[in-house]
Amino acid sequence: MVTLIILAGLGLISLFSEIFSFRKILYPLILAGLAAAFVANITDWNTGGAIFNNMMHSDHFSVAFNGVLIATAFFWFLVSPGYFHDPTNRTDHFSLLLFSLTGATLLTSFSNMIMLFLGIEILSISLYVLAGSKKQDLASNEAALKYFLIGSFTTGFLLFGMALLYGASGSFNLEAISRFIANNQGQGNVLVYTGVILMMSALAFKVSATPFHFWAPDVYQGSPTVVTSFMSTVVKTAALAAFLRLFMYCFGTINGFWSGGIEIIAAASIIIGNLTAIFQDDFKRMIAYSGVSHAGYMLLAILAMNNSSASSLLYYSAGYSLSLLVAFSALLLVAKATGAETISAFNGLAKRNPLLAGITIIAMLSLAGIPPTAGFFGKYYIFSAALKSNYTGLVVLAVFGSLVGVLYYFRVIIVMFREGSDTRPVVASPGERIYLLLIAFLILFIGVWPGYLVSLL
Amino acid sequence: MFSAIPLNYYIIVSTLIFCIGVLGVLFRRNAIVIFMCIELMLNAINLLLVAFSSFHGDAAGQVFVFFIMAVAAAEVAVGLAILTMIYRNTGSVDINFLSKLKW
Repeated sequence: MVTLIILAGLGLISLFSEIFSFRKILYPLILAGLAAAFVANITDWNTGGAIFNNMMHSDHFSVAFNGVLIATAFFWFLVSPGYFHDPTNRTDHFSLLLFSLTGATLLTSFSNMIMLFLGIEILSISLYVLAGSKKQDLASNEAALKYFLIGSFTTGFLLFGMALLYGASGSFNLEAISRFIANNQGQGNVLVYTGVILMMSALAFKVSATPFHFWAPDVYQGSPTVVTSFMSTVVKTAALAAFLRLFMYCFGTINGFWSGGIEIIAAASIIIGNLTAIFQDDFKRMIAYSGVSHAGYMLLAILAMNNSSASSLLYYSAGYSLSLLVAFSALLLVAKATGAETISAFNGLAKRNPLLAGITIIAMLSLAGIPPTAGFFGKYYIFSAALKSNYTGLVVLAVFGSLVGVLYYFRVIIVMFREGSDTRPVVASPGERIYLLLIAFLILFIGVWPGYLVSLL
Repeated sequence: MFSAIPLNYYIIVSTLIFCIGVLGVLFRRNAIVIFMCIELMLNAINLLLVAFSSFHGDAAGQVFVFFIMAVAAAEVAVGLAILTMIYRNTGSVDINFLSKLKW
């Protein structure tokens, strides 16, 4: 509860910093506040329970995922503020991001449909604005409008699903709904089944899984790179946590009904995401399509429905978020030097900035799932969780998918060692170097000692 | 009187309105009309929630409607701001103009 108050308060403080002109100390204040929120979150580990009149439920699941989300946001704030040059807009952007993070923490701990809805909306509405924060750039405008239209369209489906579930069970409380579903199985309760299908497709939209992924590449490409990195890390983690929380803990008793749908979604995401990513030249588009396939892998954890689902999803999303943060920071630096955001912009990076090239290689290896990085063990845990629940066919498909993934992630690595016409050095400030080294170290650390994260849940 | 009209009718009407909204979003090309269709979807849900709320004799459904209204207002505010920004840059609100991002 304190975590939520600190995060929302930080957002308000950044709004006020413009009026009371303490803009200069805002940035350290936010970093300190995020660290405080992280600590406050950890102290909730043993003192969980229903909060806010049973609207939210703080448990180990929510604390662990909030920890990942806040840590990711903290690292995000370390690298990206350089992007927002205009001091006036900067405070607005900071507050929007903090509000978005607040929404993300709601998504990990809701125990009532109202909180799920509010969490998704708080998360998304801030991001609609941020996606369009390059006001003069048509691509950014287009990304904002597409994200907005698809997002609110999806919300409609989510709400319709909620309304139908409410109609059947007479409550928005997850426990009451799950009790109702358990007591009324096999009666062909149309309202419940339609509601579950609608909510499933809405959440699949949010995590950008095939066949609901069409917005992702456009939005990722058009948005400013820093916003894209926030979207693909914090938002994806939060949406998947919500997906798992809702489907495992609330709709768990009718998993025979919805698992078929998620199987198809996961398989299609893995196939289409990986195959399309090969042909992309734009780095962010490539990441978007590969993000579709990663969403497919992560859905396997939800399908597995056993006691290692939550821990494997936690580990996977932590590793994925860290790797993507590095990849996007590298892209920011490269784009600053070359002015292009294509994969070929990385041409000759090994000569132009060997340190950055090395760190990017670690991130790419982790995304591709090569040991000893976090990405490999993330896949390992998710696949073994799915195997435990006898999804052998899907796991085989996912393994082949990750082999295809190696193709396009290694394309970035190969390009870095190629002699390019552009030999201008890519400059990274000392602060950026320390930050990148720290995250690269973390990727390797949780890869070599995965037990710390996995044993949490 | 609510009891005069069976609950099924409410479900059918709001589903129809919802579907009209969905079709509008999918087939119309003017961004403002698309906004209106999204509002139509949300209001169909509001109608459904109020009907269910009255059926169960439970106020939570009507409270949810207030949440939806508030959030929809915020959403439209942001959406119209985005649209204004686009209109300034392109001089149009037709979404066919927006096809810059492609592979």
